[in-house]
Amino acid sequence: MSTSSRHELTRLTLTAAHEGLSEGHFTATELTHAYLGAIEAAGDLNAYVLATPEKALDMAKASDARYAAGTAGPLEGIPLGVKDMFATEGVRTTACSNILKNFVPPYESTVTSRLWKDGAVLLGKLNQDEFAMGSSTESSAFGAAVNPWRRNGSTQKLVPGGSSGGSAAAVAAQICAGAAGTDTGGSIRQPAAFTGTVGIKPTYGRCSRWGVVAYASSLDQAGPIARSVNDAALLLRSMAGHDPKDSTSVDMPVPDYEAAVGASVKGKRIGIPREYRVDGMSPEIAALWDKGANMLRAAGAEIVDISLPHTKYALPAYYIVALAEASSNLARYDGVRYGERVAGRDIVDMYEKTRASGFGDEVRRRIMVGTYVLSAGYYDAYYLKAQKVRTLIKRDFETVFAQGIDAVLAPATPSPAFGIGEKSGADPVEMYLQDVFTVTLNMAGLPGIAVPAGLSSEGLPLGLQLIGRPFGEEGLFSLGQVIEEAAGRFEVSDRWWE
Amino acid sequence: MSVDQATVRRVAHLARIAVTEDEVAHLQGELNAILAFVEQLGEVDTDGVEPMTSVIPMTLPLRADVVSDGGYAERVLANAPASEDGFFAVPKVVE
Repeated sequence: MSTSSRHELTRLTLTAAHEGLSEGHFTATELTHAYLGAIEAAGDLNAYVLATPEKALDMAKASDARYAAGTAGPLEGIPLGVKDMFATEGVRTTACSNILKNFVPPYESTVTSRLWKDGAVLLGKLNQDEFAMGSSTESSAFGAAVNPWRRNGSTQKLVPGGSSGGSAAAVAAQICAGAAGTDTGGSIRQPAAFTGTVGIKPTYGRCSRWGVVAYASSLDQAGPIARSVNDAALLLRSMAGHDPKDSTSVDMPVPDYEAAVGASVKGKRIGIPREYRVDGMSPEIAALWDKGANMLRAAGAEIVDISLPHTKYALPAYYIVALAEASSNLARYDGVRYGERVAGRDIVDMYEKTRASGFGDEVRRRIMVGTYVLSAGYYDAYYLKAQKVRTLIKRDFETVFAQGIDAVLAPATPSPAFGIGEKSGADPVEMYLQDVFTVTLNMAGLPGIAVPAGLSSEGLPLGLQLIGRPFGEEGLFSLGQVIEEAAGRFEVSDRWWE
Repeated sequence: MSVDQATVRRVAHLARIAVTEDEVAHLQGELNAILAFVEQLGEVDTDGVEPMTSVIPMTLPLRADVVSDGGYAERVLANAPASEDGFFAVPKVVE
């Protein structure tokens, strides 16, 4: 297949590809071949840590048979990439950590099994920060993923954001039709904003966490990264749903999210939180925020100034809660159950050597801070305090929702994508500030969607974020669509990696 | 609060992560940067505030106390670096 005929297929949105398959314009096998060729040509992006061409073609063949038999599912024949946090049966799953470098799960995560049940095709596993701990995908044991976007006239390599950076890069580079990601503090929305893609973190409990490598269990949620709001709606509908194997999974019907795309937003009250206008916000981001408010106003929504007074404390509280939970969750990687073991003089020495060699710098740092804040004498001062602040953060949102606010509009990130290596200096907190606008939602369990809304003066995508009430995903899809229609979709024009 | 080097070593041991002497000073700086950052929570008045236990109000589901899964020790052990007779094998812990 030539590069141009391949690109004719891979540049279709998921929605359009599904139409093409349903109408018989091309087969799932042809579409999958096109993506596999595009993946092979995109090695410079380092978006995939494992491609699964044989499995993909087997799944595509089965999809073609189901189309022929008239039993096609809602995502039949759609080739997807999956963040390496999701356990995939018989397919190596590493969380991009050396401590799991040869782990082959004997089970499939609930979220991915729902995608396969609906007919989707697995193209491979996508790069990420190690154990989803990072905002740039530079802390992967497989090396940094690269953003397909570059500044105008520059060849400098930029980060795709993180931790779902490989997923966002792959969606933007059109080397998968959509991707499954995870978001603990912004790990779907920040990379979506950096790559001109759409990413939604649903309400806590909407997607099952079963079979997803655990980082911070009270914050982790799965969600899609896609090329359009409608694509994201189709993917979330498949991924979401009750699972008895996750006790925090909610037993509520999953709405038809696609039906909400294009629904009127007339009369919706959209809050603009004054506390999000942080010091040092780039004028471009501030202007984009105003532009987004105008787009929603033009569609009939009412824009209201609101206050979320504890916003400033979300990030420090997050770093206590997330790191405490991480230190506990990652205790299981002890050289006994998951493959990598470094011998020691006794069992404790074996644990310590295995973990020192298997975990990267950022993961070790986070486990140690988490261990410290949970250690005797410090629990009340740190962990309990942070959980109380978390109650106040949630209360901020409950107050504005009770006042009739339907959703909150905010920037997704404080800046556009930055260069690889630019923020890996001595102070880890500099990288943590990437999550300043996204982390509040995880702390409050609320859904949030990042939608591209414009380009920076240097030609890089910028994203806006809409925050909804608990289980208010439908409203977010309606509002997100308004922004997509007003701002247009953003496609990388220079496919420099091919 | 800031940590000294002895605390870094103690925390590393609690976390079961071996650290070399060269790494201790470096980790001390990084840990203190993070702890200094979270210190600002001290400004928040949390008197009488209940700590968060669940972001989405729900009761923990119960299920019947029956065996519903299992019986595949081989699959459970498939990724173990060492196993013997259907068990995980570890260095000797009891003399």
